[in-house]
Amino acid sequence: MKLEVRNGRLVDPATGQSPGRDECADVFIEDDKIVGVGAAPAGFVADKVIDAAGKIVAPGLVDLSARLREPGYEHKATLESELMAASAGGVTSLVCPPDTEPVLDEPGLVEMLKRRGWTLNQARIYPLGALTAGLKGEKLSEMVELTEAGCIGFFQADRPIIDTNVLYRAMQYAATYGYTIWLRPEDAHLARGGIAHDGEVASRLGLAGIPASAETVAIATITTLMRDTGAKVHLARLSSAAGVALVRQAKAAGLALTADVGIHHLLLTDRDIGYFDSQYRFSPPLRSPSDRDALSAGVIDGTIDAICSDHTPTDDDEKNVPFGEATPGASGLEMLLPLTLKWAEQASVALPKALAKITSSPADVLRKSQGRFTVGAPADLCIFDPRAFWAVTRETLVSQGKNTPYLAREMQGRVIHTICAGRVVYSA
Amino acid sequence: MLTTNPQLTPDKKLRHLLTTEGLPKAIIENILDAADQFVSVGDRDVKKVPLLRGKSVFNLFFENSTRTRTTFEIAAKRLSADVINLNIGASSTTKGESLVDTIDNLIAMDADMFVVRHSQSGAAHLIAKHVNQVRPNVAVINAGDGRHAHPTQGLLDMYTIRHYKKSFHNLSVAIVGDILHSRVARSSIHALTTLGCPDVRVIGPKTLIPTECERMGVSVHHDMKRGIEGCDVVMMLRLQNERMEGPLLPSAQEFFKSYGLTAEKLARAKPDAIVMHPGPMNRGVEIESTIADGRQAVILPQVTFGIAVRMAVMTMVSGNASGGTTRAEAA
Repeated sequence: MKLEVRNGRLVDPATGQSPGRDECADVFIEDDKIVGVGAAPAGFVADKVIDAAGKIVAPGLVDLSARLREPGYEHKATLESELMAASAGGVTSLVCPPDTEPVLDEPGLVEMLKRRGWTLNQARIYPLGALTAGLKGEKLSEMVELTEAGCIGFFQADRPIIDTNVLYRAMQYAATYGYTIWLRPEDAHLARGGIAHDGEVASRLGLAGIPASAETVAIATITTLMRDTGAKVHLARLSSAAGVALVRQAKAAGLALTADVGIHHLLLTDRDIGYFDSQYRFSPPLRSPSDRDALSAGVIDGTIDAICSDHTPTDDDEKNVPFGEATPGASGLEMLLPLTLKWAEQASVALPKALAKITSSPADVLRKSQGRFTVGAPADLCIFDPRAFWAVTRETLVSQGKNTPYLAREMQGRVIHTICAGRVVYSA
Repeated sequence: MLTTNPQLTPDKKLRHLLTTEGLPKAIIENILDAADQFVSVGDRDVKKVPLLRGKSVFNLFFENSTRTRTTFEIAAKRLSADVINLNIGASSTTKGESLVDTIDNLIAMDADMFVVRHSQSGAAHLIAKHVNQVRPNVAVINAGDGRHAHPTQGLLDMYTIRHYKKSFHNLSVAIVGDILHSRVARSSIHALTTLGCPDVRVIGPKTLIPTECERMGVSVHHDMKRGIEGCDVVMMLRLQNERMEGPLLPSAQEFFKSYGLTAEKLARAKPDAIVMHPGPMNRGVEIESTIADGRQAVILPQVTFGIAVRMAVMTMVSGNASGGTTRAEAA
């Protein structure tokens, strides 16, 4: 199968001089690989041509956190519904956390997930194995076996390890094999019982606070143990200005550290909670405007490597309860691109640089070759109309999770085609 | 995202009472004025007026409270309403039925008004939002949601202060104790600042003062003797048993030593200062017995005024819920 994407504005954040290549160029695909950019390889005759005039041709999006809810939470979402949502959002590679039921701590479960994903023929799935058995923070999971089954790293999800000795040994063990540990930096004791950022809004609304120090204490612990163990760590979902500052220092000191932020944390703050709107309950919590601005600056200066959707689909019943009882998180796969474009516009970030944060840069975190237009690279593309508006409604969202602060709002930037491994998996 | 104030109708009348925050000054004053009329009802031989005759008021208590529930019940009965008391342990919702399902069932029983107490901050807002969608003529009164608000208590405190001090414009009010967990403190702070009280002080150890509390328009003091200096009103707060020892406080005794109201500390306030407490009191923890029973204490009048204030609120939201002018407003 030979595919040609013609007349589009090609934005390749990873190629050419910073901030990347941005020009009119055609892309030539054979089977699952890119075989030519700009000029067709000799003798190339396309079986199918996509006319991308007026559209942007970008690498397929690489999302470092999307909960697919299988196994165990099929009432909230299924692999089918969420992989379709990924394709509708231009996402062609996604990392899924291990907080399923049962937890992804058995090679058999990982193999099943990979196989189910494969048969659905949509985005590439990169599972994270549980760092500890059952995510209980007590016993190490079988990291070697899980890696052989397809895990790309090990994550403790939203259940921080309380016992620092277990954390220390987990990092030591992972470092033995060069595996990357993913951690959401949160001190369990300081965050205990908290439901919103510990600040003016939580005080006024009478919501128990989670101080920013819950994040910084955890980062300080993790980076200290990294120095001792030589472990590679990816910090998931930074939320505070002080946290960004610590990561910046650790990177400057040469630690093998990467980090991401959820897209909502670049745009929203605790002020948006308004009158207890549970769509704004997140984990970590939305923090103050100055935290949001520091996160944005961290993305721009490279302290934060990637922006992810932190896609967390859930059903209405889990949001239509008092704020403190609501399940944190939002559906995000289909909003990752338009919200990143919105952030880029607000923060005056050039398009290739913004796109890098959802394509090549997260691919680098995963040490994968996606996210760039080079000959031989995987043929994963997202073709979108940057000017088209669309309304976020229960009907337009493909994801089973309709839980988003942006319901009934307009988005600018609409995916027209998604190509994954050379196959057109979505067309608007 | 901020939307319109859910407790007001589009033309800014009181639709539900959820919090004193953002409540227009005129509405608070209307409630206090209407309460004036109702105070005398308690002195009559027949303690009843027919303002809510035929209405069903559901007291919906997801958290136990005898005192608040009783005062709401008395208020509703004096207005001739039918009162249905439901004590739903917070656990029954976690066992199965969701809060919204419970409300739908009670609406199906033709409830006209819900008086709600719940352990979660924002529960009353959730119920009001739901009611607005499914049955716009049902009113919701927040009788305490988590740490967030207890607006009728805040309003009865305002009534009491106004009764003894006449005006708010030159007053210094000190609120003492566990501000962090207190919905009463929050409701009183917002009402006081709205009514133009220029000097609201909160006093307590750092463990019991909310983060960025100053943003609510108060000054924060940790030394009670200094904080209480020259005050016209001293509002003591209840310290819950479970907070008396643990990470927030070492012991009830030590708390009393620093923040308990004694004759010695009260002497620093103005000689005619009044002493308030929302009850139930812990004598010897927040307040010395001689003060609680002393000439400056207005703790029992607070309870009496509370019934009148609740009658005023119920009459007002009931009238606005069905779209008419309330008699309380007309009065």
